[in-house]
Amino acid sequence: MSGSLLERRLLFVTGKGGVGKTTVSAALALLGARSGRRTLVCEVDAKGTLAAAYETGRLAFEPRQLEDRLFAMAMNTEDSLREYVGLQLRVPLLARVRPLARTLDFVATAAPGVREILTVGKLCYEVREEHYDLVVVDAVATGHIIGQLTAPQAIQELVHVGVVSDQTRWMRTILEDPVLTGLIIVTTTEEMPVVETIELASRVHDETKVELAAVVVNRVLPELFGRAEEDVFDRLRGAEPSARLRAEAGPGVHEVFDAAELAVSLRRRRTEYLAALRDALPPSLPMLFVPELFARATGMRATSQVASALAEELS
Amino acid sequence: MSTSVEHLLAAKEIAIACGSGGVGKTTVAAALGTMAATHLGGRVLVLTVDPARRLASALGLEAFGNAETRVAPEAFAAVGLEPRGELWVAMLDTKQSWDDLVRRHAPDEKTRDAILANPLYTNITAKFVQSHDYIAMERLFEIHSSGRYDLVVVDTPPTRNALDFLDAPARMAEFFESRLLRWLTVPYRSRFVTLASRPFYQMADRILGTQFLQDIAEFFSLFQTMQRGFVARAKEVTRVLADRRTTFVVVSTLEAAPLDEAEFFMDALRARRLQLGALVLNRVLPPYLLDARATAAADVLRASADDLGADLAPLVDAPPARVSGVLTEVANSFSNFQVVAKREAEQRAELAGAPEVTVAVPYLDEDVHDLGGLARLGALLWG
Repeated sequence: MSGSLLERRLLFVTGKGGVGKTTVSAALALLGARSGRRTLVCEVDAKGTLAAAYETGRLAFEPRQLEDRLFAMAMNTEDSLREYVGLQLRVPLLARVRPLARTLDFVATAAPGVREILTVGKLCYEVREEHYDLVVVDAVATGHIIGQLTAPQAIQELVHVGVVSDQTRWMRTILEDPVLTGLIIVTTTEEMPVVETIELASRVHDETKVELAAVVVNRVLPELFGRAEEDVFDRLRGAEPSARLRAEAGPGVHEVFDAAELAVSLRRRRTEYLAALRDALPPSLPMLFVPELFARATGMRATSQVASALAEELS
Repeated sequence: MSTSVEHLLAAKEIAIACGSGGVGKTTVAAALGTMAATHLGGRVLVLTVDPARRLASALGLEAFGNAETRVAPEAFAAVGLEPRGELWVAMLDTKQSWDDLVRRHAPDEKTRDAILANPLYTNITAKFVQSHDYIAMERLFEIHSSGRYDLVVVDTPPTRNALDFLDAPARMAEFFESRLLRWLTVPYRSRFVTLASRPFYQMADRILGTQFLQDIAEFFSLFQTMQRGFVARAKEVTRVLADRRTTFVVVSTLEAAPLDEAEFFMDALRARRLQLGALVLNRVLPPYLLDARATAAADVLRASADDLGADLAPLVDAPPARVSGVLTEVANSFSNFQVVAKREAEQRAELAGAPEVTVAVPYLDEDVHDLGGLARLGALLWG
């Protein structure tokens, strides 16, 4: 249903902190590369979690090849500025970069959209120059993503002429083309992430011209049993069956059943949030489900497991 | 040295809850405030940044926004609590707070209106992230120095970097004192540009356009009129953060990424000589998942599911296959959650630099969205 997701050229991945945004970004890029696309994945937050997801060393602005067709980088606005000045403005003199960097640093403090534009600009540039078939962005969290995606708009409102104004124009043509660019929101089925996802989805629609391409629901708990089984479970907790089980399996059996009850109540509560999420999102919007892995690893093992789950959802 | 969260808060005037996103920071801050108002008395304010909607409406926040609002005593009574003190809540509205700040520091009405109308100002305050950090600390300072509260519990804004908000006041002061600022506002104030700096302006002009440069220059010229007030203020804010009456409560889950951030943050607090008062480990799986007897029982359930199913079927009035199926599922689910619990336990054992007051809060059966829920969570934190 959503095989076209990886057909896009630029995917921004956002989500509330702690929902697994980086793991999903890493997994999507892995899928992209393994399906034959030359793929770049970029960590915007520079927290180093993307490197951990691939179990590789610290990532730098200069993309590093991790495996066939897979390249990873960490965003750094200063390097981005240097590249921009060198490439876009064709200013050969390195000496001019310093005062320029200071100006921009200054302007960035005044109108921090400048930082956002250096990030978005670099990514759009990679798309425009067709250096990669797919660029996956482990973007900022839900609270900040609108600011990042609308930075070119905001800058255009402030700067009417000059090179920067021209630059923001072509960025917008890439960002606002749904064939090229899409936003993915990652959530879990907990209250706050679901609420934030619903809010963000409507803000993306109202405040940006970037298309929401999919919602990834991460860490979906398995359904332990159906209704008939649940009745059996409840009756097994009665006095007589409990005593029998205790005699057979020892005193720890009580805790084993407590754990199952915890699992059932977690799952039940989350099913409600999931239903609320589905109701609030446009029916045509693809939702991809990734099961709880029951191992909170952040390494390559987790990344490839999430990638397989996503591959299944995308097929 | 405090031995419990209760003792800690009894001795402090500001408690700042921090940690990575998604760990329940807001709820923990609200629960601490509720407990302090209930048991310690006095006037307690919870300053929150981004509360869950239902929590907000349960506390009567939605209609009031930036204004400080008292949680009605009836709301406490409804959940069986008799608070000794008063609980107040306020939300941080960044734009509103910036406007207030400008109103306070602007030298005259004309400057004030010019700043509030400047396009750069509007963009900074409304659209971009970094300004939230400063304004949160500024608002905290304003509230604390007003003397209106015995205790202020702050829920920190979601920052890209946990340290951003700590550094925000110092950065703001630095920025207003910088020579660069003065340099850039020169062309606006006079037509005279030195030969040395001419290429600099030409370059800036080419990239940004004259109009934008003028907007910038105007903005900073206006802002400079408030410089002295701002710098003095930012320094005071920094001082309050380091005050003995201020404590930091780091919140984390036992997942790898938030815990890394919590460790990093605790180190940073120490390096800055700020007071790390407590560590809250939130949503910890129950310890019985590691119990050896339970593990053994799960193994038996799995291994003899068929026999047990046949044996118990008449007692629960269900086909034996279904009963053994349930027993297998129950055992497998236990083992699944045990994997996570083991990892959590290991993370906890490896945790370096935790303060003396470290509290583990178990997974709660219900999400917290009313005073009763906050009180239940609070009781687990209180120690």
